[in-house]
Amino acid sequence: MSESVKTTKKFRIRNMSLLVTALLFIGLFTAGSVAYDRFLSLSTFCNLLNDGSYMMIASIGITFVLLTGGIDISISSTIAFTCVFSAFLLRSGVPAGVVIPLVLLIGLLFGALMGFMIHSYQLQPFIVTLAGQFFMRGLCAVISTESIPITDDFYKKMALNKIVFAGAKIYYYVFIAAAVLIGAMFVLKFTRFGRTVYAVGGNELSASLMGLPVRRTKVAVYAISSFCAALAGVVFSFYTLAGYSLQNVGLEMDAISSAVIGGTLLTGGVGTVIGTTVGVMIQGVIQTIVTYQNLNTWWTKVFSAALLCLFIVIQRILAGRSEKIKDGKLEKAA
Amino acid sequence: MEKIRKLSKYQGFWPVVVLLAILLINGIISGGAFFEIKIVDAHLYGRLIDILRNGSKLMLLATGMTFVLATGGTDISVGSVMAISGAIACSIVDGRILPGAGQNVQAAILLALLGGMLCGAWNGFLVSKIKIQPIVATMILMVAGRGIAQLITDGKIVTVNSDSYYFINGYILGLPFPLFIVLFVVALVLLFTKRTAFGLFLESTGCNPVASHFAGINVNSVKWMVYTFCGVTAAVAGLIESAGIKGADCNNAGLFMELDAILAVAIGGTSLSGGRFSVPASLAGALIIQSITTSVYAMGVAPEITAVVKAVIVICICLFQSAEFKDKMRKRFSGHKQERTAKPA
Repeated sequence: MSESVKTTKKFRIRNMSLLVTALLFIGLFTAGSVAYDRFLSLSTFCNLLNDGSYMMIASIGITFVLLTGGIDISISSTIAFTCVFSAFLLRSGVPAGVVIPLVLLIGLLFGALMGFMIHSYQLQPFIVTLAGQFFMRGLCAVISTESIPITDDFYKKMALNKIVFAGAKIYYYVFIAAAVLIGAMFVLKFTRFGRTVYAVGGNELSASLMGLPVRRTKVAVYAISSFCAALAGVVFSFYTLAGYSLQNVGLEMDAISSAVIGGTLLTGGVGTVIGTTVGVMIQGVIQTIVTYQNLNTWWTKVFSAALLCLFIVIQRILAGRSEKIKDGKLEKAA
Repeated sequence: MEKIRKLSKYQGFWPVVVLLAILLINGIISGGAFFEIKIVDAHLYGRLIDILRNGSKLMLLATGMTFVLATGGTDISVGSVMAISGAIACSIVDGRILPGAGQNVQAAILLALLGGMLCGAWNGFLVSKIKIQPIVATMILMVAGRGIAQLITDGKIVTVNSDSYYFINGYILGLPFPLFIVLFVVALVLLFTKRTAFGLFLESTGCNPVASHFAGINVNSVKWMVYTFCGVTAAVAGLIESAGIKGADCNNAGLFMELDAILAVAIGGTSLSGGRFSVPASLAGALIIQSITTSVYAMGVAPEITAVVKAVIVICICLFQSAEFKDKMRKRFSGHKQERTAKPA
């Protein structure tokens, strides 16, 4: 009985946060359209997708980790490393067909290693991924502290090829982000692994007592997060056609706040990747509005932080209320 | 031997040993030049003084962070708070904001400290009253903080031209002034934690907040206090930083310092999940980090490689703190002698 109460309540929290997120996006977009000429157009929307695609991939990856109640602050460095390393390899004449799988594999293994340390030795995810962040950022600098341009034909093709309809452009790499989103939604919703991720985040001890493979799942989510970061790095190198060791400093905090704005609970167990994607787009809209208003770009950070704060407090209140309801029910049952 | 065994029980023992080892290795590699201390213009100069001088910011942050970590929390906003405090102080000294204060350095310092205190109190409020996870709660200010600092300085790098402000990073009696600030703060803190019950409350809160609450400790106000204090130490560090570069650079002031501060405390052996803590051990941790940085510079290697070295050190230290790792290693190396590990400690 109380179990079903809990599930419906969690379900409602999840849907409500998603609804609030979606409404917020629509609200911000409408506000922008009302305030500025030429804001309301398909190309503004498509630019959100174009500029946000690498961010979406990275945020979707980190959502897996957040769902298990962990945290991964190494992704920005992994992105930078991927960019620098692939630019370096391409410059030394390695073909793109080898470089891309290689960097993705490095990302996957690096994440798996961090996940292994976190679970096997019961280390704090924050510290391990912090070390990962230092390590990757340091490796970037070891390879090169200068920006390396990418002149490979495949990369150029990916950077410039786009679909144009109704005056709006969608670059090819947006489809990579879309594929990641659909893949992640499918995995979380319909596979045994995806359900285990939620179960581990809900209560790790219960999950392990139920016989779910907690260890494998926890290692896998960190591997997925780093893999997505590496993929985001590949997309980012399409986007900028260069590798620079100080790229995207602090991106992990933006990714985490996107996930939170998208309704992911940082305590684990609740959240959706579609919410995270909308969260990324909300930050994109804020940035666009700040640009249109001709404000200092730092207002973007202030607004994002204010939104983040608002959402965390709302979540906290909702979670507090559901706990109270649960306690009430339990008292009645007793 | 007996004495060493006794000493090694202190939390600060291993960090100090590591620190001395790093310094010694440096001394051997440089052929003694590392330990040279010269007197120029009645100031002491040398690598060791450099480490103390540049490490003072980190030592201050580590002091505040030790308390936060001792309650089982984390504060990842200290870097941003440093930027805010530097921005406030420099803008007032420059006369950019609050022209009424007449570019008064004392007023600038006081207001900057007040700013840091407010930031810390905000973090404390979110953690203790709204009960948000510390990482998330302080992340808000981490993201917003640099933005706020930029808004204070109007997005510019404010430079100051005031000898009395530069003094914060100057010299007294031949020694760098920041060192005296650190000594003062640490003395105050040690007095407060060792001579009052507060230190005990702190450890108790970190070990088990629920039990502490039932034991009559006001857990919320303890948490609120440590975050506020952490904000103040960050503000002082921000003042030293801005006096050092003679201006406020909101983009780079205190960048990644939060990570170094947490690292320093972790190296000092304070558990990141709260409980037992030691400020002197954290200071040794801060000096270890600073001496690694300084020695990397001294060896002429690209400074960015420091990050890789730090990463490896963090992981090693965390592994040595982890009970699971110790167990596994013991099993591997003592094979059939497992009954020894089964003995109660």
